[in-house]
Amino acid sequence: MYKIVSKKRLNPTVSQMEIYAPMVAAKAKPGQFIILRVDENGERIPLTVAGTAPENGTVKIIFQIVGKTTKMLDSKNEGEYIQDFAGPLGVATHTEGIRKVCIVGGGVGCAIAMPVAQEFHRLGAEVTSIIGFRNKDLLILEDEFRECSDRLTVMTDDGSYARQGNVTVPLKEYLEAGEKFDMIITIGPLIMMKFVVAAAKPFDVPVTVSMNPIMIDGTGMCGGCRLTLDQDGKKVTKFACVDGPDFNGYEVDFDEAMSRGRMYAEYERHAYDKACNLLKGVN
Amino acid sequence: MPNMSPDKNPMPAQEPQVRAHNFSEVTLGYSEETAIDEANRCLGCKNMPCVSGCPVNIHIPEFITKIKEGDFEGAYLIISQTSSLPAVCGRVCPQETQCESKCVRGIKGEPVGIGRLERFVADWHNTHTEKADSDIKQNGHKVAVVGSGPSGLTCAGDLAKKAYKVTVYEALHTAGGVLVYGIPEFRLPKSIVAKEVEALKTLGVDIETNVIIGKTLTVDELFDMGFEAVFIGSGAGLPNFMGIPGESCKGVYSANEFLTRSNLMKAYLDEPETPIMKGGNVAVVGGGNVAMDAARTALRLGADHVYIVYRRSMEELPARKEEVEHAQEEGIDFRLLNNPVEILGYNNPDDLRDPKNGFVTGMKCIKMELGEPDERGRRRPVPVEGSEFVLDVDTVIISIGTSPNPLIKNTTEDLEVNNRGGIIVTEDGLTSRKGVYAGGDAVTGAATVISAMGAGKTAAKAIDEYIMSKEKV
Repeated sequence: MYKIVSKKRLNPTVSQMEIYAPMVAAKAKPGQFIILRVDENGERIPLTVAGTAPENGTVKIIFQIVGKTTKMLDSKNEGEYIQDFAGPLGVATHTEGIRKVCIVGGGVGCAIAMPVAQEFHRLGAEVTSIIGFRNKDLLILEDEFRECSDRLTVMTDDGSYARQGNVTVPLKEYLEAGEKFDMIITIGPLIMMKFVVAAAKPFDVPVTVSMNPIMIDGTGMCGGCRLTLDQDGKKVTKFACVDGPDFNGYEVDFDEAMSRGRMYAEYERHAYDKACNLLKGVN
Repeated sequence: MPNMSPDKNPMPAQEPQVRAHNFSEVTLGYSEETAIDEANRCLGCKNMPCVSGCPVNIHIPEFITKIKEGDFEGAYLIISQTSSLPAVCGRVCPQETQCESKCVRGIKGEPVGIGRLERFVADWHNTHTEKADSDIKQNGHKVAVVGSGPSGLTCAGDLAKKAYKVTVYEALHTAGGVLVYGIPEFRLPKSIVAKEVEALKTLGVDIETNVIIGKTLTVDELFDMGFEAVFIGSGAGLPNFMGIPGESCKGVYSANEFLTRSNLMKAYLDEPETPIMKGGNVAVVGGGNVAMDAARTALRLGADHVYIVYRRSMEELPARKEEVEHAQEEGIDFRLLNNPVEILGYNNPDDLRDPKNGFVTGMKCIKMELGEPDERGRRRPVPVEGSEFVLDVDTVIISIGTSPNPLIKNTTEDLEVNNRGGIIVTEDGLTSRKGVYAGGDAVTGAATVISAMGAGKTAAKAIDEYIMSKEKV
């Protein structure tokens, strides 16, 4: 059992928790993820590590309440326990040789982008961050990004806060103005990452994308997280859990990944509604 | 007087029409009377050919003699001298190619039902005997075991019996490895695996779940923590796919994913948290035991029709005969000498948001015929030109083997692997690293539970000798 040391609501649908898991805290690097189960019969879900405090033995996770499991997780409070917490899994974000980086985060993906931005800042790279949200209410982690970024642009789709528009607008402005990034790292909804790749392509800037497909074991056993890369015209199957979650954005087949991500959409909606009713009954 | 009946006592089983719709165990086990009757078929050969066919060398005629005498606990004690998981082996070992293939009674009739007797003895023990706490005084030496599947549990059990302090590290949340995530409930009830794991704990073995060696801890860190030897039994790894168009459609699973969803994540229950595709027509590609398990699981989950699609003929089909027979009785449709060439997905060009888009609608196959034997003597299947046809299916389960998991290899310096990624070991299970041993699928690629147990046993002996020789120096 793993103790919830702290819990904080970041916005109406996004929560942050610190979990006591010293072995994971000692090892986890930005870009890696963990697998958790809320209770004895719960499903295994992957969540990317949003930070660690090895001295306290804690791992920070930030999650959006999107389905039954995240709803159940959010119903737990500080001092309570979750059943399983395993990691760190996946390959950490590559930082070698990158002196000038542009981090593009969208929605709850910013929670994963933040430790990556912090790591580059710590390593002395020049960090340009662009973070986008649907509206002002969903904004998270602005202060944290400001602290670790040399430049920060905040975008909202509806203009209810900061600049209006999506994250590709300022990215294109930078690129058109002749900014030379060693790497663009983008983390967020698949559709957003797909457009970031498209925006960067004419400028020939490398793009790393962080994939978050459906997973079961997360340790390289089931193959559920597979995605298709196009490597020099050759289709290659890769597994996000052991080969990723970071991939070369120009190689990823986003349309396939989006389709596979919706495999259980119907089921998940049903399970979520049931969980909501169940929690209503309890309270 | 020996029982000279040429036939084994039949194994009581659920009726095929009934069991095809439930997840309860298919076979029900011998009664005490039947067990004694079957035991009396054993001639007690002096040279014990059966023992040489057993990878863990169970003293077969000795335990069968105890059954004849009605001393079932005595029989159990004899089996448990050499086997750590008798209730498991009695169920999933391919006895027909091992112990029973050497039985003298098999020359003019059926061999003695050794596997059925082993299962009877283990089940009798589990229902009649209270677990006593172990009185083993530990010798102060620590050994780490990576993975709690058949090889890891066997290695841990043998070392614990030799007074070592053993810690087993399991990546998943439940101990048992393939016995839990892979082999379905109807063939190996999970309560039986749990009992075997509990038995190891009473021997003083610690089991740490949620620890991924190669990630949470490395092999080198285990040595830093004071372990004197490490056994790697991390199992087979990533599933292989065919590399044909359409394998990323929704409704295409690897057998590992399909079985893990059903077994480990309990998707076979009415309201599971982990979803699985149920119903419709299902094609399982492959002919091994895992393919049989996937096909029979799909049937029990409510499939209308389940095909096994295999590119060779029944003669080359690698699954155990008993599993094939059970599958056939239950109505699994064997489409032999067929090879998939494409998986077809739904595509509505007028509505990109159509929720049906990308789901499997069928699998295009080509008929095969057997040509000249290959280097291993198996006749090579050759496509029959122009014979393509479409199998109408909603789910495709690919069961064509696995490739070793890279996590340990990538984080353990100087650990040598072969060109397929399997860890290279000596006859004793020693790897290229001092004090590091390995066995099971991590070494051989996908094989059987019993061969993994045999490897765990061999390594346990070698680890004991290694640590004891160090002590003498």
